[in-house]
Amino acid sequence: MSAVIDSHHDDHHHGPAKGFSRWLYTTNHKDIGSMYLWFSLVMLFIGGAMAMVIRAELFEPGSQIVSPEFYNQMVTNHGLIMVFGVIMPAFVGFANWMIPMQIGAPDMALPRLNNLSFWILPVAFGILLSTFFMEGGAPNFGWTFYAPLSTEYAPPTVTFFIFSVHIMGASSIMGSINIITTILNMRAPGMTLMKMPLFVWSWFITAYLLIAVMPVLAGAVTMMLMDIHAGTSFFKAGGGGDPVLFQHIFWFFGHPEVYIMILPAFGIVSHIIETFSRKPIFGYSSMVYAIASIALLSFVVWAHHMFTVGMPIAGELFFMYSTMLIAIPTGVKVFNWLSTMFKGSLTFETPMLFAIAFVALFTIGGLSGIMLAIAPADFQYHDTYFVVAHFHYVLVPGALFSLLAAAYYWIPKWTGKMYDETLGKVHFWMSFISVNLTFFPMHFVGLAGMPRRIPDYAMQFADWNMMVSVGAFLFGISQLLFLFIVLKCIYNGKEATTEVWEGAKDRGFEWTVDSPAPYHTFSSPPSMESLKSSS
Amino acid sequence: MFRAIKYSLSLVAALTANVSFGAWDDLNMSPGATQLSQEIFGLHMTVFYVCLAIGIAVLLAMAFILFKYRKKEGVKPADFDDSTALELTWTILFALILIVLAVPATSVMIKAYDDQEGDINILITGHQWKWQYEYIEDEVGFFSNLSTSLDKRNNLAPKDENYLLEVDEPLVIPTNTRVRFLITANDVIHSWWVPDFAIKQDAIPGFVNTGWTYVNEPGVFRGQCTELCGQYHGYMPIVVKAVSPQEYSTFIKDKKEAKIQQALLTEKLWSTSELMEIGEAIYQKNCVACHQVGGRGIPPVFPSLVGSEIVMRNKARHIEILMEGVQGAAMASYAEQLSEVEIAAVITYTRQAWGNAETGDGKIVIPKEILDYKTNKL
Ligand code: HEM
Ligand SMILES: [Cu+2]
Repeated sequence: MSAVIDSHHDDHHHGPAKGFSRWLYTTNHKDIGSMYLWFSLVMLFIGGAMAMVIRAELFEPGSQIVSPEFYNQMVTNHGLIMVFGVIMPAFVGFANWMIPMQIGAPDMALPRLNNLSFWILPVAFGILLSTFFMEGGAPNFGWTFYAPLSTEYAPPTVTFFIFSVHIMGASSIMGSINIITTILNMRAPGMTLMKMPLFVWSWFITAYLLIAVMPVLAGAVTMMLMDIHAGTSFFKAGGGGDPVLFQHIFWFFGHPEVYIMILPAFGIVSHIIETFSRKPIFGYSSMVYAIASIALLSFVVWAHHMFTVGMPIAGELFFMYSTMLIAIPTGVKVFNWLSTMFKGSLTFETPMLFAIAFVALFTIGGLSGIMLAIAPADFQYHDTYFVVAHFHYVLVPGALFSLLAAAYYWIPKWTGKMYDETLGKVHFWMSFISVNLTFFPMHFVGLAGMPRRIPDYAMQFADWNMMVSVGAFLFGISQLLFLFIVLKCIYNGKEATTEVWEGAKDRGFEWTVDSPAPYHTFSSPPSMESLKSSS
Repeated sequence: MFRAIKYSLSLVAALTANVSFGAWDDLNMSPGATQLSQEIFGLHMTVFYVCLAIGIAVLLAMAFILFKYRKKEGVKPADFDDSTALELTWTILFALILIVLAVPATSVMIKAYDDQEGDINILITGHQWKWQYEYIEDEVGFFSNLSTSLDKRNNLAPKDENYLLEVDEPLVIPTNTRVRFLITANDVIHSWWVPDFAIKQDAIPGFVNTGWTYVNEPGVFRGQCTELCGQYHGYMPIVVKAVSPQEYSTFIKDKKEAKIQQALLTEKLWSTSELMEIGEAIYQKNCVACHQVGGRGIPPVFPSLVGSEIVMRNKARHIEILMEGVQGAAMASYAEQLSEVEIAAVITYTRQAWGNAETGDGKIVIPKEILDYKTNKL
């Protein structure tokens, strides 16, 4: 197979055919996976630039660089892009690349659908971003787009926003159908459900969550559309409608959505910790059950985002208890990761560093989650920076770190090249320090009473906000380093071995194929016998 | 690069600043001013310490594992991958911890939801971007707007302690009284939050939510809108002044009087002769010095009002002159000196007297027109 390695550049990065139409028409899961990943990296920098604007505005009290109106557009689009344009597509990218390789399948089950679900995404975000250049400006009502701010009081571009959300939803649903079909039908002989790699398991469950809740989101935006253009009053109090109904529908989608953004991370981190501990994952089946129970519970906790809307006390208590319950499976996962490392033989390559930071910092996010679950205390926390701190801890050093870890972990397999380990470690430490500098002080200003989504703030929040802004700028710069590392790896990396990581080839099919992975893998299914750890 | 240096310097500055006045208040929730807020604070601290303990335990265990089991020459990793007993133990442990937290949380929740009528009930309505307060029993009310100047917001004037947390007219409530708030909104969703009372209730159009408080000591309590409500969401603060019941009744009395005054202006039917009578007295007191007894003035310095175009046919400009004064002339604005009734009366008087009514349009001006002029100017 030396020919493959010699011509890796053409074979892998650009694939066998040349030119743009190849990317447009491709049905290859590796190509589509790469496109998803590049797309989300681009979106990361766009959404990140918006975050920089936000932090520059909040650097000091007083109006700084943008108007309050534009500030709201930044906050809204930063959230929408990071959630729908970065975290979700990136996980789908990893699913595309890795699920077929991890289950020993030649490709995804529905390759044309796969192509379509990717290509409508740039369209959706093109529409969303184009609203910045339209009259009335971009959506400005927060990523949670509560009615009636997003209906009767929205800028005219809200219709484009609705259209774009519909397309994103369609993309996610098609992607999920594909993932479920692939997992159910295309596993290598002998790979029973309970022998599937955890990343596959986590995506299997995530895909069901997506299929269940994306239509609910579509319903919510359709009702908005009707309220705006067809004279209905779903959310219009003046017409007998109910603005709180919007929030129930939104969060019935929204809470499972936040787990959609973290379950695949659980899978990724499990693999990485196992590999760099040189020890099988602890409590495989409880990991699976934990993911499944988190997914099920996530359907009955939505109103913990609505403790202050004036629910009856029975509702408050129910959603408080159910939310607290989620902490149990979450805690189980953390303990299982610790037990996997316990008595292992640990090394600290970049993917492992990010995975360890994930466990540590995700735990902090989970603990602030428990605090938020306590409904009477949430009266004080709700809609302050404390909530902003919570969800950034679970989403940045949580979901995003898992994505970075996964990229470092698998990039040698994709490109056939090793990334620069020293630069990788520099990237890790810069990200680790700046992420805490950015998000930890948010707990303090939140508790001290700073509301979220405000463009200017009272004097007592000044010091911490300046620190947060400095941290954010550092974090932003660190991610440019990541781009550099990826490019350096592709164009100038050292050759990677087949196994890449010591002992990895016993841990998953993906480590048994050449590096870079040939354009087509597993034309005939591999045998489970070849994996030691699945015995 | 220059930016980076600048920001790192500010970071150092920020850190040192915090050492100097890094009071606990800047880091934590305030215990607040009511029994409920203190109980919620206590609950918060309980949960916080439990979470802190768990967090420290997990992070220490992790640090220990990372150090102890780092790869060493000749040491083989273990290969266990399961322990039902262990897993059951910690699952049950988590459940127990959560139950311990759920008990106090439930009891505080029940107290917070104690939703009886108040001794005083206040209707709070959120508007883009101000709060409206109406005292239901006393039937008085007002709007409360941010009073921080644009200069301060645009960094043209120094900011002070209550930057963005100050209003033109605070909500006044009595101490040692059960006050209940009925909270709603007129346009989009807002949220009324006063941290010291531990009340955060969404103000939702079409809904009336409730919250209540019982403040023991007089004081000024500040909060902000906490639900994104459009571009000036960050600029609709809440200020509540708790005063002694005596002071509170004076406040209500003044408000009621002001309201009667207002009603007089807007609801009373004024006759020309009534206005003439008041107007003549005002004219004698304020205007004769310049415009003279017969209204003929001392031209060109003090213009004659008899047969004047403005006085005879231009009512709008006539009102404007009285309200704004005339730039560069001795004529000053009377907007502050005279009440609406008095201004309307004196205008009517000059338009009617000295044969002006017969030669001009003879229109009179009623107090409401002056009021409208003032409101339109706002
Ligand atoms: C132990 C687990 C968790 C618990 C108990 C928990 C609890 C909560 C609660 C009660 C809130 C509402 C706070 C408020 O608005 O007042 C909240 C907000 C949020 N959580 Fe979590 N959470 C947990 C884990 C996660 C995870 C894993 C994610 C995502 C990866 C997540 C993402 C979010 C987001 C995005 C919000 C804020 C949404 C918004 O208002 O914009 N949480 N969480
Ligand atoms: Cu949630």
